Amino acid sequence: MLKPTVLTLALLTATSAAAQEKPVLTVYAGDYIASEWGPGPQIEEGFESFCECDLKFVTGDILPRILMEGEKTEADIVFGLNTDVTARARASGLFAPHGQDVSNLSLPVAWQDDIFLPYNWGETAFIYDDTRLENPPASFEELLAAPDDLKIVLQDPRSSISGLALLLWVKAIYGDDAAQAWERLAPKVLTVTKGWSESYGMFTEGEADMVLSYTTSPAYHIAAEDDQSKHAAIFPEGHYFMAELAAQLASTDQPELAQSFMDWILTPDFQKTIPLANWSLPAKLDQDAWPEVMRNLPRPEKTLFYSEDEAEELRKPALDEWLQAFSR
Amino acid sequence: MAAGIFAVRRDAGGIAVASGLAALILGTLAAVAWQARGLSALQIWDWRAVWFTIWQAALSAALSAILAVPVARALARRRFPGRRALVTLLGAPFILPVIVAIMGLIAVFGRTGAINETLRAIGLGEFSVYGWQGVILAHVFFNLPLSVRLILQGWQSIPVERFRLAESLGFAPADMSRHLERPMLRAVLPGVCLAVFLVCLTSFTVALALGGGPSATTVELAIYQAFRFDFDLGRAAALGLVQIALSLAALLMARHIVAPAAFGAGLDLDRGPAAPRGFHRLADAIAITLATLFLLWPIGAVAVQGLPRIPALPADVWAAALRSIVMALLSALLAAGLCLTLALTIARSNKSWLEAAGMLPLVASPLVLGTGLFILLRGHLSTDDLALPVTVLINAVMALPFGLRALIPAAQTLRADYGRLAESLNMTGMARLRLLTLPRLAAPLGFSSGLAAALAMGDLGVITLFATDQPTLPLKLYQLMNSYRMADASACAVLLMAISFALFWLFDRGGRLA
Repeated sequence: MLKPTVLTLALLTATSAAAQEKPVLTVYAGDYIASEWGPGPQIEEGFESFCECDLKFVTGDILPRILMEGEKTEADIVFGLNTDVTARARASGLFAPHGQDVSNLSLPVAWQDDIFLPYNWGETAFIYDDTRLENPPASFEELLAAPDDLKIVLQDPRSSISGLALLLWVKAIYGDDAAQAWERLAPKVLTVTKGWSESYGMFTEGEADMVLSYTTSPAYHIAAEDDQSKHAAIFPEGHYFMAELAAQLASTDQPELAQSFMDWILTPDFQKTIPLANWSLPAKLDQDAWPEVMRNLPRPEKTLFYSEDEAEELRKPALDEWLQAFSR
Repeated sequence: MAAGIFAVRRDAGGIAVASGLAALILGTLAAVAWQARGLSALQIWDWRAVWFTIWQAALSAALSAILAVPVARALARRRFPGRRALVTLLGAPFILPVIVAIMGLIAVFGRTGAINETLRAIGLGEFSVYGWQGVILAHVFFNLPLSVRLILQGWQSIPVERFRLAESLGFAPADMSRHLERPMLRAVLPGVCLAVFLVCLTSFTVALALGGGPSATTVELAIYQAFRFDFDLGRAAALGLVQIALSLAALLMARHIVAPAAFGAGLDLDRGPAAPRGFHRLADAIAITLATLFLLWPIGAVAVQGLPRIPALPADVWAAALRSIVMALLSALLAAGLCLTLALTIARSNKSWLEAAGMLPLVASPLVLGTGLFILLRGHLSTDDLALPVTVLINAVMALPFGLRALIPAAQTLRADYGRLAESLNMTGMARLRLLTLPRLAAPLGFSSGLAAALAMGDLGVITLFATDQPTLPLKLYQLMNSYRMADASACAVLLMAISFALFWLFDRGGRLA
């Protein structure tokens, strides 16, 4: 019995000694962000280089956890919330203003939020491989009119954020006719997966001709695999905007550290890490400072977006339409 | 009087485990409902999900059990080189992490898979793995091994002496089947169907990926949605309750059709029953070959894709693998202890509520369980420190029902065959455990611990909810996929599969050597 106790004590003193040395900033982040293939390690290294602190990423389902923990949460910052689900997060009253100037962000939509700060963004798009699909649909309308043997994989809006974005994308284009649009799309849907990763895996395996993803997805294949065959089909009807957001908690026990982290997010130093680690576009960085691969990507001319209140209001009826069309 | 008190004291361990289980599963559900201040009404889509869940689970259970009978019979009565290895290997799909199984099934049955390439080449139509048929295919793939294994145990529980006697009486295969095999199947099959039914009840990722769309929605997805997107704990609790009600109904039904088969004790000669020759020999060969192909091909396909990249996997993955292994071993030990205690008590006292409690984890949603624990424990302990221990506990609990299915019949047989002898020798306590119980139950116990270890290895459910800075291997797999690194992800999948299988093999083999 003695040994484990001694060991535990040793460990405890070790951690508290470390804690005395440096304050800890606890950041709740989405699963992949903090992995060594996401932007997490660079963010951690960058911030620790000047903060005199220990930045600790805790990954998992951010929003349910924060809502469950309430004011007792140990999080100082949440990192990776999505634009379409912030209404509920805001309503919890757990977050504090970010205090940043957001008037000159490099986003295609106007941003005025004083709590949720975008650090990256992208748009939904269907990705195809030109060696398998020579004549991709040139518009959403053409996609709906395509022969039924063009197979696409989607994500379920009940379990994935990109699936939810597709619901809102279709709603933004087709409005009251969304139900008919889904009915035309349904025969072309090979399958619907729980999350983005299963879908994208099926697409790269060659199971489907197109997959619901983001306009920036081809950048990974070009930059990391030297593969030029993957493209986003750009539709003139427009593409739905998505951004990932950071916010600080009002209950933080490290208000100054949390604030300095928020202050750092929009600096070029931070923003430069986004494109090639997160495979998305930086929220505040001149286009000349983007990596070439991101600059050269085709961009949609029109960006569609709902405010969080509209998104929250549309979600349930849009989901019903979607379920209705797919259960025939 | 004194005897009654004595029996209660002896049953105390099992009763404590069963009560603990029931309290854990119903208590967490209650905690979620309480946090939500009541249950929410279910919507029309929830009821559709309930309906789909029931029929696909019933069909999957029936198919798995029916297909398993010829395979188990062939394996029971044929002896050939590598048979043992094959029996172990055939168990692989059941312990595959879901995402790996989906990869494998798609590699074989997908649009660009080998089967469809062949069908196209010979001018036949495609087989679509997407749709309800894909869900059933995947569920049979997952559960056929479990069914074969359980039925095979049933076959092996018939003492060889019985078969010899039958043979010396000049029984034809048909007579053998009527007097020996059918009574055994009548005793074993309901349990097998029930186990598979319950597994399929909570399936979620597989049903979505291969189901083709929302018409293949299970209750578990609805629970996930209620938590993750709507944060509607009331609806999650209501759905969790529906899921448990379904399983209790299934459990009650199964109890009515179970008839214990009593064959008496034998000398444990591992020679197997004399096998009929001629046409039966060919049929057995076909059954074994088809099952082997069906179960091992998808696994081989994943292995071929991922193996070459394993050496290039980053250090983080190996650290996560180590962490997962330790957690899986702890889960397995915990599961084995709980399982043995419960099974011995059930064999002794035949209290049906004990068995029902043991089956409960199968249908408890890990999400409800995890969230309930979270609600109950927060404020007392730091949630960060909770993530790993809670994951270990939940994984051990989730594996219990499978272990019990293997252990209860063995414990009952042990009691029926040697109970009176042990009592007449006044053999109790540790001595009985060491000299009689553990040696006689080593095989099913090894099997149960192996299952628990492997299932814990591949689990992803709870840990994402709790959030942690110490990711497990399945979490790493998803992180790789989410960072577009599909090739590394498939290498990670092979690693995950190899470790799960190695853990299972070690325990299972250890159990049979003991």
